[in-house]
Amino acid sequence: MSERKDYTNGPLCLSGRNLTRVFGTGAKQNVAVDHVNFDFHEGEFVSIVGESGSGKTTLSKMLLGLLNISEGEILYQGKPRDISNRKKLNEYWKGIQPIFQDPFSSYNIFHKIDAVLLDCIAMRGGKHLPYEKKVEMMTEACSFVNLKFAELTNKYPFELSGGQMQRLMIARIFLLKPKILLADEPTSMVDACSRATILDMLLNLRDETGMTIIFITHDIGLAYYISDTIYIMEHGKFVESGKADEVILNPQAAYTKRLISDVPKIHEEWDLSTVEMNNTL
Amino acid sequence: MKNTIKQLFHSSKFVIGFVIFVAILLTIIIYPLVSPGNPLEMVGVGTFARPGTYVSLYDAVTTEKDTFKFSDADEKRLANAISDSDREAMLALFDAAAMDYSSIDVNDSNALIEFWDANYQTAMDTAKLKKSQKRDLRLLDSRIQALKAGETFKVVEEVDGETVEISTITKTDYVNTNKVINVRNLPLGTDNFGRDTLRELIAAAGVSLRIGLIAGIIATFVGLLLGLLAGYLGGVVDNIITFFTNVLSVIPSIVLLILINYSISQELRGPTLCALIIGATSWTWTTRSVRSQVISLRNRDHVNLSKLSGHSLMRIILTDILPYIASYVVMAFILQVSSGILAEAQLSMLGLGPKTTTTPTLGLMMNWATLYSAHTTGRWWAYFPVILTITFITFSLNFMNTGMDQVFNPALRD
Repeated sequence: MSERKDYTNGPLCLSGRNLTRVFGTGAKQNVAVDHVNFDFHEGEFVSIVGESGSGKTTLSKMLLGLLNISEGEILYQGKPRDISNRKKLNEYWKGIQPIFQDPFSSYNIFHKIDAVLLDCIAMRGGKHLPYEKKVEMMTEACSFVNLKFAELTNKYPFELSGGQMQRLMIARIFLLKPKILLADEPTSMVDACSRATILDMLLNLRDETGMTIIFITHDIGLAYYISDTIYIMEHGKFVESGKADEVILNPQAAYTKRLISDVPKIHEEWDLSTVEMNNTL
Repeated sequence: MKNTIKQLFHSSKFVIGFVIFVAILLTIIIYPLVSPGNPLEMVGVGTFARPGTYVSLYDAVTTEKDTFKFSDADEKRLANAISDSDREAMLALFDAAAMDYSSIDVNDSNALIEFWDANYQTAMDTAKLKKSQKRDLRLLDSRIQALKAGETFKVVEEVDGETVEISTITKTDYVNTNKVINVRNLPLGTDNFGRDTLRELIAAAGVSLRIGLIAGIIATFVGLLLGLLAGYLGGVVDNIITFFTNVLSVIPSIVLLILINYSISQELRGPTLCALIIGATSWTWTTRSVRSQVISLRNRDHVNLSKLSGHSLMRIILTDILPYIASYVVMAFILQVSSGILAEAQLSMLGLGPKTTTTPTLGLMMNWATLYSAHTTGRWWAYFPVILTITFITFSLNFMNTGMDQVFNPALRD
């Protein structure tokens, strides 16, 4: 478990004011995100926890600028976010980058791994660097996530395992060094071993670069394990928010209590005596 | 890519289609080189000469002769000279004279003629027949006698009003067809205008294929462009494009083709213009299917990631979307080519195809054959090879398409 710091008085990185997104009109109207307010600070590890359909992914797409906002506004570094034209949008995207849930659909299957990483270097303005320098940067990024660039070069992403692909995504973030990383359930589609590795890498990344990490998950136990701050989301609203310890150890909202009680507890609740194991062994 | 092509050639369906198509293509390319000449030259003066080898009689007469005494040559000649109705008339005479001809085989022409010679006079005297019937029989007899008596033909040439004998042809004279200067092979005879049908057919297949290709390229290009824009941009652009696509796909394209082609004067209507019109009316379903494919792709993570990497719209469409639908587009293109060829045939059958008499197309050949009633008079060589060619071209293209589908669509792989 990471050491928790207090970011409440730190500089603001991303804030939302009455942020709302409505899908459809009339009787079919669906309010996916309903007037939410939040303040994410620089270097903070924030988790947004909620069930499927609670509006987490819609919120993340609005934060990334991939989805229009119906109402309210997003403040980026304390100022209203301006993504009115292509140039400003590209500038904003230099500051915020995602890691998606499904590593298998995150890569263009026609592009080699080199192309993915070189693209990141180009985006950081390193397009005209000598090739040796680029290789050096790519090797560094890969070793940060325990991958060997020499083994990956000239390979296609689909030749890697799911965990390796997700680690490569972190290497991509390492090269891009955005101010904010939005990780949308990055561990839900990889095995348990890779999960711990990936979480560790995210924490290392935060410690090394000081970036804000917004971690979206449905697993409140996982959120408690790594976050500084937790937001609980239900039906498009934040029902509870605060420091991880406060929220988890002293939950106020009924929904939070339910989420916490749903976490499987191996030692307390599983009665292993009833499981018959002798037949198959 | 290399792997995919290798896989394609493991699919038997694709290979069969590919081989047929390449064979047709090679024929179209090589035949005109081997046998050059205008495919629409009217070589025959009559219409619908039967398929076969034609030997110039003029040249054959003056060609060096060889002598052969084949035992069955006379028999064949006589058998050919006596038609079935002649045979019936001869037997009717014997019946009328109450003669018994059961001792001979009536199908053996030589025996029949021998019997005829022996008994003709008696039969004519005894049989009670009408005058006109007797006259016919006398004519038949004189023909048979002439056939038997004639030993030689004399070939004469007229020079300054005087006839000069050049050569004498006897029954045992033969010429080697290789030595005759003018021997023409017309494997498919000639059509209604007296053109060599095979040469015309091969030229027509080339033109039809070109029409299909142009129509296919236009339809695929327009369909792909509109489908990509509608699918990726969405919103108002999507609404406008979808509206027009829906309106156009509701109208049967054959009706549209007939109306457009009818409104263009015949002088302007070349094969290329026809191909343009066919292409311009058949892009709708490519647009619809590309659009739906792009919509399912545009929200995929790799496209979002590409957007977030600051790539331009053009680059995202070209590198992140197009490669994913490329195999599908190739398949759609092949189908468009095949349906373009069929559309041209349909139009030409109605007389609305490319301008007549200067370029042959498969549809036009069918149209000409129909106009000159080849189908009702049994001139099969004027239309049947055309039908077969259209069938084989579209069959091979569709078979290639099915093979590709099997390779590209994992759900169909065995």
